[in-house]
Amino acid sequence: MRRFEYLRVASINQAIERLSDEPGAKLLAGGTNLVDLMKYDVATPTTIIDINDLPLREISETSDGGLRIGALATNSDVAFHPVVENRYPLLASAILAGASAQLRNVATVAGNLLQRTRCSYFYDVMTPCNKRTPGTGCPARNGLNRNHAILGASQDCVATHPSDMCVALAAIGTMIIVQGPNGARSISLADFHRLPGDTPEQDTTLQNNEIILGIELTPAPEFQRYSYLKIRDRLSYAFALVSAAALLTIDDGVISTAHVALGGVAHKPWRDTAAEVVLVGRPASRGNFDQFASMLLLRSDALSENGFKIELARRTVVRALEQAASRTPQSQSDKHIH
Amino acid sequence: MEARSNTAVGVTLTINGVERNASIEPCVTLLDLLREEFHLTGTKKGCDHGQCGACTVLVNGTRINSCLVLAVSRNGSEITTIEGIGTPDELHPLQEAFVRHDALQCGYCTPGQICSAIGLISEGRAKTRDEIREAMSGNLCRCGAYIGIVDAIEEVMAAPKRKTVP
Repeated sequence: MRRFEYLRVASINQAIERLSDEPGAKLLAGGTNLVDLMKYDVATPTTIIDINDLPLREISETSDGGLRIGALATNSDVAFHPVVENRYPLLASAILAGASAQLRNVATVAGNLLQRTRCSYFYDVMTPCNKRTPGTGCPARNGLNRNHAILGASQDCVATHPSDMCVALAAIGTMIIVQGPNGARSISLADFHRLPGDTPEQDTTLQNNEIILGIELTPAPEFQRYSYLKIRDRLSYAFALVSAAALLTIDDGVISTAHVALGGVAHKPWRDTAAEVVLVGRPASRGNFDQFASMLLLRSDALSENGFKIELARRTVVRALEQAASRTPQSQSDKHIH
Repeated sequence: MEARSNTAVGVTLTINGVERNASIEPCVTLLDLLREEFHLTGTKKGCDHGQCGACTVLVNGTRINSCLVLAVSRNGSEITTIEGIGTPDELHPLQEAFVRHDALQCGYCTPGQICSAIGLISEGRAKTRDEIREAMSGNLCRCGAYIGIVDAIEEVMAAPKRKTVP
């Protein structure tokens, strides 16, 4: 690991000031991704700004019935919070589908939002990578790309976003609250992560001198129909090949709202609200779910090794919607798919 | 790239009930501090990337991967390592159960498995066999002793009272 200066800050403003003064500085929260990237020489911060003393761990209900979650709340804090378990079970389920208990005990909400792709070329500093070193090329496009994107990729980058939590946040509808030198602003999750385009080095729309304060979840009714279905190469502790987060409201067999987000398929959690509209007012039937899934994947594009993910994604969406509709969400411990 | 400040920083940790001080570079992980500075080599370095769980320790009672934590960021914490769990004469119930159920072959992953299982039990979330398997998935065992590991944890969870070794 390269050497760096260590600064433990006592205030949010102190963190923002240092970020503004020193472009090479990085914030340290749980560190489960950043420290790993530093060991691989992929991240080489000049200063580590440790923000663990900042008061950003609180989880509290908002006046409009939503939920505000502090940036430093750990993944375990969130997954086992009573309000999350009762009103946002999709989020709890998605978090518990990811990583391991040890990692979830340390990894934070903000770190999860900002975690970087697991593309093997990005991690290997001996190979080119436009995301790590802009302008060097993308060996994944014609190389090892079995895990890579089938939606929204560019000539320059075919990486996927690895988070499970963010897929649930996309389906729920979430605002990211950030603060910079000019004050605070909110960014919707849909606008927070980017598609790679010709600047894949930028994962998000967060500015270099901004800090995430927390997230706010859209108010959710209790007992909403949901499922988080994650398909991977082994039963646990692996990144998704494809995952689907489904939220449904059904009245008398007819769908009144449908939110579906896909993970493991793109540079960001993938959601298509225009396609969701076709489900509204229709019976919650397999035929309608099939039609929706096909629409969602209409613009999918296979690389040399990941063509299987298109059909896998289609079936995962249909199954997740069926699980949600029948109130039999995917268990994250009993991995049989019912 | 130029070397940045290698100024040592002071760290105070309570490790297995004993307060310990060290002067370390900020880049030192908790795992390396335990092993290299304090010679507590029961905590193992497996992958060093948070993928195998061999380095699992308890920080303020919570199980974590010590390889992914900068020691300086945990200044003031209470750490429990395998050296603080049971003694050869008086094993912790989980250690007894691991022996009884052949929950190891080479033993390299065992300190991490035991620390992780202690964390699992205190979390109180996993109840069924499937849930134990899932909640232990962050600890790999290359010898494949998983069935014995889950048997041992299940037994200790079902009968938390201390058993005597024959």
